[in-house]
Amino acid sequence: MSLNSKIPAGELSQKWSLYKNNCKIVNPANKRSLEVIVIGTGLAGASAAAALGELGYKVKAFCFQDSPRRAHSIAAQGGINAAKNYQNDGDSVYRLFYDTIKGGDYRARESNVHRLAEVSANIIDQCVAQGVPFAREYGGMLSNRSFGGTQVQRTFYAAGQTGQQLLIGAYQALERQVALGNVTMYSRHEMLDIVKIDGKARGIIARNLITGKLERHFGHAVLICSGGYGNVFYLSTNAMGSNVTAAWKAHRQGAYFGNPCYTQIHPTCIPVSGDHQSKLTLMSESLRNDGRIWVPKKQNDNRKASEIPEDERDYYLERRYPAFGNLVPRDVASRAAKERCDAGYGVGTSKQAVYLDFAAAVIRYGTIECSKHGNHNPSADEVRKYGLAVVKEKYGNLFDMYAKITGEDPYEVPMRIYPAVHYTMGGLWVDYELMTTVEGLYCLGEANFSDHGANRLGASALMQGLADGYFVIPYTLGNYLADDIRTKAIPTDHPAFVAAEKEVEGRINQLMNIKGKQSVESIHKRLGLIMWNKCGMGRTAEGLKEAILEIQALKKEFWSDVFIPGTVEGMNNELDKAQRVADFIELGELMCKDALNREESCGGHFREESQTPDGEAQRNDEEFMYVAAWEYNSDSNWTLHKEELKYDVVKPSQRSYK
Amino acid sequence: MNLTLKVWRQQNAQSQGGFETYSVKDISSEMSFLEMFDVLNEQLIHEGKEPITFDHDCREGICGACSMHINGQAHGPWHETTTCQLHMRAFKDGDTIVVEPWRAAAFPVIKDLMVDRTSFDRIIQAGGYISVNTGNAQDANNLPIAKDKADESFAAATCIGCGACVASCKNASASLFLSAKVAHLALLPQGDAERKTRVLNMVDQMDKEGFGACTNTGACEAECPKGISIMNIRRLNAEYLRAGLSGSIAR
Repeated sequence: MSLNSKIPAGELSQKWSLYKNNCKIVNPANKRSLEVIVIGTGLAGASAAAALGELGYKVKAFCFQDSPRRAHSIAAQGGINAAKNYQNDGDSVYRLFYDTIKGGDYRARESNVHRLAEVSANIIDQCVAQGVPFAREYGGMLSNRSFGGTQVQRTFYAAGQTGQQLLIGAYQALERQVALGNVTMYSRHEMLDIVKIDGKARGIIARNLITGKLERHFGHAVLICSGGYGNVFYLSTNAMGSNVTAAWKAHRQGAYFGNPCYTQIHPTCIPVSGDHQSKLTLMSESLRNDGRIWVPKKQNDNRKASEIPEDERDYYLERRYPAFGNLVPRDVASRAAKERCDAGYGVGTSKQAVYLDFAAAVIRYGTIECSKHGNHNPSADEVRKYGLAVVKEKYGNLFDMYAKITGEDPYEVPMRIYPAVHYTMGGLWVDYELMTTVEGLYCLGEANFSDHGANRLGASALMQGLADGYFVIPYTLGNYLADDIRTKAIPTDHPAFVAAEKEVEGRINQLMNIKGKQSVESIHKRLGLIMWNKCGMGRTAEGLKEAILEIQALKKEFWSDVFIPGTVEGMNNELDKAQRVADFIELGELMCKDALNREESCGGHFREESQTPDGEAQRNDEEFMYVAAWEYNSDSNWTLHKEELKYDVVKPSQRSYK
Repeated sequence: MNLTLKVWRQQNAQSQGGFETYSVKDISSEMSFLEMFDVLNEQLIHEGKEPITFDHDCREGICGACSMHINGQAHGPWHETTTCQLHMRAFKDGDTIVVEPWRAAAFPVIKDLMVDRTSFDRIIQAGGYISVNTGNAQDANNLPIAKDKADESFAAATCIGCGACVASCKNASASLFLSAKVAHLALLPQGDAERKTRVLNMVDQMDKEGFGACTNTGACEAECPKGISIMNIRRLNAEYLRAGLSGSIAR
């Protein structure tokens, strides 16, 4: 099958308007008899379910958590971008589009990214109308801050809890539709397969996680909004339950997987403290606005941070990238930290950390505050006191979190940080309408591959999730369903439903009957180590080939020696986990194959064989300017399809932040 | 450190539960409380037993899933801290720790330490939103909101819906949770149109769900992991009175 991205004709800035003018529309009476299934209730899923419910579709929304409000979008800290140009600093739709394309290292589709930039301003308007309490200035206007990889202030935020506030906004809109009867909510449910009839997605098999019973649900269309797959690395900033299962089942049913190896390693996370570690915690990128990153100039320096004098510190980001300094994009900052630690300049007991230091910011803010208070000759203590108060107001919740986790007071000593897996740019391949290669099966938000290329800029994930849900799918889904108004709801005793349920049941029984010796968790940890060491921040052909063999061996071990206690009936978290890990193992293999195929460095994907003389990522546009879309054939067997990327407006160049 | 754990085990909502005693060894002070539970669960799995079921997800104190009653306190001994952010530095070698689920009629136990909190979702469904369809909005800066009001609204909106307030209250009242939502929306001009019906409907739903009444003991505020202020309950009462006196009625 050849890939058709269905990009509308016309000038880039007109494509979305033209599409909206010409797409088919379903009349309100017909919408009432069309059913839509939404998997996942994060920003993409909750906003899609709410927006489609408002339009009058009959929506069924599913989440594995106990409430849609717990989806992991809630943990996003820093902010959401929008081309509002409220700061009069030269921002525009074009500039947001350009920054996103460049930040993604020229591996995203121009048309999708331009649409994202166009609707970004509507998102802020919608969220404010819902009552999202964004940060404001004293005059009552919305406040903005800057974020990595850009030179304008376009990020809207709510302290360090922007994701929480946006998700609660979407959750409330969703619950309103539940109350109105337009959306039926199925919490503590996990999607375990897609049901296809005549080649079209027509429903799902889901497991009620409380009773353990399998359920069949029909839908005229199915939307996968299940988030990213960072937990393939075991340790990541994702929630414990975040998983690839829904997307992976869709993949096995014919949806191509786009750029699976594109993983974002976030530069500022709290370092690993020991083998017991179950997850990693992000410290918002916004901290890089005020924190300076450094390591000692001397290798293996065991002195405390406070004992290292200023001239013996290496502010390596400021040194290497004077134009952007500490605000370089995430992929660049992460690699630079790894380079320093690998070279023996790391700090802390593990030596796998660098300092993020606020001392200079405290002095800068303190001096300004003293001046505001009429004190033009303040003592160092006065400056520090006022400066700390400002830092506390800006980042208090993050500093508290750091103190709880590490037992150290970041107001007194610099934070120790290290990169960690945070986001996956890869995901199910979708066309301009967000439809996968399976008709009637859509994919929104982090779960799709579409807008961030090889590296996502900070504050763009929230923007994409809400853009897809509130402002894109309500149009593109109508264009598909308009031709489906004569299709009556298909009864779930249709043979396709029966067969799909039997398949799922068989797999569950197979897992329960292995009765081996190893716990699911222990195998997941081993998978994570393989992935982190060989398909993490730096990748080589040799390492990836080894990883593929190791993962295949681990898969055999899993299917012959895993032990799942309990029964199929009733709640069984170990069984839930086992099914997710089984899918992560298969995904891990595909990620390594994709990484092996891409013999270039771009964005978050750094092939050590492909770098410039000064150690920067070396892209290869001649051979690799395409989206790698993988078709599943059978176990460990995929076919690669290429979607060539065409840049009509932006001219790809080697990225420079120097 | 080595610890003794007394943990509530209950197969499902219908069955009778009880405490089981376990011991865990070589627990590091760097671990989070839930990582200590991971160690215990791995131990149980290796013994061929069923691990302890508990709700958890983000493990960074924001999703509101975790919900353990530890030594008689919701989310344990640290002030303004969720169970997932509680670290083992809070305990010492040889301690015995008692862990129970939230106890409230409106939060029935599902299994072990996991409870059903969908009653909170139904309270939100009763009116915890602003009725604005997608696409209705005007430009965001057309509606200036004074910074102090926006900040106060935000402070109320940081509630994570974990249910610690209910678990800590001797009446199992959901007043702090409900009041946080009422305050979040009542403090904003966008929330004004539905201000009266919202509070009446939400309180009505709280009563239907079987939550108790508020008697101002302040336990909810003391145990809230997010420091939601009890002043929100004062605001809730004022809003409720205002709506009632104006002759509005719940739907």
